[in-house]
Amino acid sequence: MAVETQNGATGGTRSSGILPAALYRPEVRSIIYQVALVVILALAAWWVINNVQENLRRQNIASGFEFLDRRSGFDIAQTLVEYSSASTYGRAFLVGLLNTLLVAVLGIVLATIVGFLVGIARLSHNWLIAKLATAYVEVLRNMPLLLQLFFWYFAVLKGLPAPRQSFALGAGSFLNVRGLYMPAPVPQEGFGWVLGAFVIGILASVALSLYARRLQRDTGRQLPVFLPSLGLVVGLPLVAFLLSGAPLTFDYPQLRGFNFNGGFVILPELMALLIGLSLYTASFIAETVRSGLMGVPKGQTEAADALGLSRGQSLRLVIIPQAMRIIIPPLTSQYLNLTKNSSLAVAIGYPDFVSVFTGTVLNQTGQAVEVILITMGVFLTISLATSLGMNWFNKRMALVER
Amino acid sequence: MKSVYSGLLASAALAFLAAPAVAQGKSTLETVKARGELSCGVNVGLAGFSSKDDKGEWSGLDADYCRAIAAAVLGDGKKVKFVATTAKERFTALTSGEIDILSRNTTWTMSRDSSMGMAFAGVNYYDGQGFIVKKSANIKSAKELDGASICVQTGTTTELNLADFFRDNKMKYSPIVFEKADEAMKAYQGNRCDAYTTDVSGLYSEKLRTATPDDHVVLPDLISKEPLGPSVRQGDAQWFSIVKWVHYAMLNAEEAGITSKNVDQMLTSSTSADVKRILGKDGDFGKGIGLDNDWAVRILKQVGNYGEVFDRNVGEGSRLKIARGANKLWKNGGLQYAPPIR
Repeated sequence: MAVETQNGATGGTRSSGILPAALYRPEVRSIIYQVALVVILALAAWWVINNVQENLRRQNIASGFEFLDRRSGFDIAQTLVEYSSASTYGRAFLVGLLNTLLVAVLGIVLATIVGFLVGIARLSHNWLIAKLATAYVEVLRNMPLLLQLFFWYFAVLKGLPAPRQSFALGAGSFLNVRGLYMPAPVPQEGFGWVLGAFVIGILASVALSLYARRLQRDTGRQLPVFLPSLGLVVGLPLVAFLLSGAPLTFDYPQLRGFNFNGGFVILPELMALLIGLSLYTASFIAETVRSGLMGVPKGQTEAADALGLSRGQSLRLVIIPQAMRIIIPPLTSQYLNLTKNSSLAVAIGYPDFVSVFTGTVLNQTGQAVEVILITMGVFLTISLATSLGMNWFNKRMALVER
Repeated sequence: MKSVYSGLLASAALAFLAAPAVAQGKSTLETVKARGELSCGVNVGLAGFSSKDDKGEWSGLDADYCRAIAAAVLGDGKKVKFVATTAKERFTALTSGEIDILSRNTTWTMSRDSSMGMAFAGVNYYDGQGFIVKKSANIKSAKELDGASICVQTGTTTELNLADFFRDNKMKYSPIVFEKADEAMKAYQGNRCDAYTTDVSGLYSEKLRTATPDDHVVLPDLISKEPLGPSVRQGDAQWFSIVKWVHYAMLNAEEAGITSKNVDQMLTSSTSADVKRILGKDGDFGKGIGLDNDWAVRILKQVGNYGEVFDRNVGEGSRLKIARGANKLWKNGGLQYAPPIR
């Protein structure tokens, strides 16, 4: 009681005697409300979990995560890691996850390249290029993605010939309705030298560009960077390759029975998904890029012109670095959209995470609650990781601002 | 402070919304009667089993099963709300209570019957898994499919049998998995796959829907047992009995020679004790499953016996023209056998 009266005194509020004076203080009340909220939320969460468990038990539906260790019994068309129908559901989870990540990463790279090109093209002084870019954006971003995936898969790629009538692309590669078959490189003994040379080449070219940048900052002298780097990254491994006696053979795809055997294949499902996703997302990125470029004051372009920079230089050195500050936050959203949209893969038969795990595994085990929880967790993790990376990038770019 | 209040409100709303999940005291029969409509999960479209015609009417073996239950329970076979489900959605639709019964060419397996919260009430079609290939491929047996690409629908026993079959025969294949049978068939027809696999009944049905049915062959091999039947949620014995006995009533009626055409006449003039028991003239069998004693009469009048339903949907009277085969009555050498009503 002593404490309360003290509080009441310092708070300077009237004490009715029924309610402690402390309750009239906004800070105390706000703490009480917040504690109450947390308690209610915790109770609600406990109640939901309890309710789910009780209902599952009553309906005799298996629960728990033990199913991840059980034999899956089904096959998957594209696996980046070792997998067969004798593997576990946990392994199937990994296969699906990697397939989704593959599409997400490749899709993000492609969409970014196409999106930037189209975005810049929309601002081109060349009438034809600008209009073509506008048409691209307006057509692709205004049609449902699922429709576009069907178009690429069932209309475009289905037009390819059957395995026996494959297009020969030269160098042992074939294109048909079953996919793009290419020779698979099989490294022989001594290939380690080539890989080593490649790593050294990359490190050396990074060092060179750092040195060149410092030299320019200190003395204003410019060193050629691009060609020497190219020489280091490509030339050095090439020399090592020839010196070690060309330790690489190829496994060529061969038509045997129904399909090509051997080699390395890119499934048409992957191609359709990748093309559909990246072209669709690129149209949004193009608009983001255009808004970013237009958000840089005209004075900056004029200043760059006054310094005598070429149009390419002024874009690269003056406009784009400033535009990036505007572009990156919405760009992040587009990356996240692309990753999440990749779950449409199931419609065209690409074995992505949702198809393999939330589709087949859910159905074979019947453990909907666990599978959906894991799926939500996975997409949340991928999205948060992407956001985290992009936010870091954004902070770095923001330093350009003065 | 406003955010605190809205937070409180939100959590209160959450608790309120989730509440009905616990209050599951009502039996399925009561729920269906109160609703005045049977919610029946069927295939999105599989000719002969459940498919929608151009007037929006559902027809097929599985669709008629829904009507038979509605006739028995609600008195009117038309009081069915058909819910089209994909292979992937079907079990969750049933266990979550969205549908009262799943009548969707679903294979009865032990794991589905035991750990997935559902119970199979019988087998209304004995099937097996097979393959359809193009005639031009010149394949005579499934054993010749080594190295083939095979289109298949996700969330089915088909996917598992396929893996087992190729593994057991030491053959290689590449599964191309689709969510809908439609897309899988489209991919097969577009040469993406050498074969499409599902239950043989489904293969015949899909074959009919192709532009040129004569260019496709269903291979003779059966690689699995696929007993297809209706299922209900576990934990409601009465509802389970109703669904089970609707099928048995239709089988017993066929065995006793009662059809939709002669049921009225049988009611008045038949002297057979069997017929009298089926039609509720003798005994209180309907009451035992929570219905009245005319339950089977309504099924037979409005839908017909098993043989009639089979014939009109998948048998000789349909476009599919599938032979009765294993689905003949036991006394004709088939597997369809119903416990007696007595």
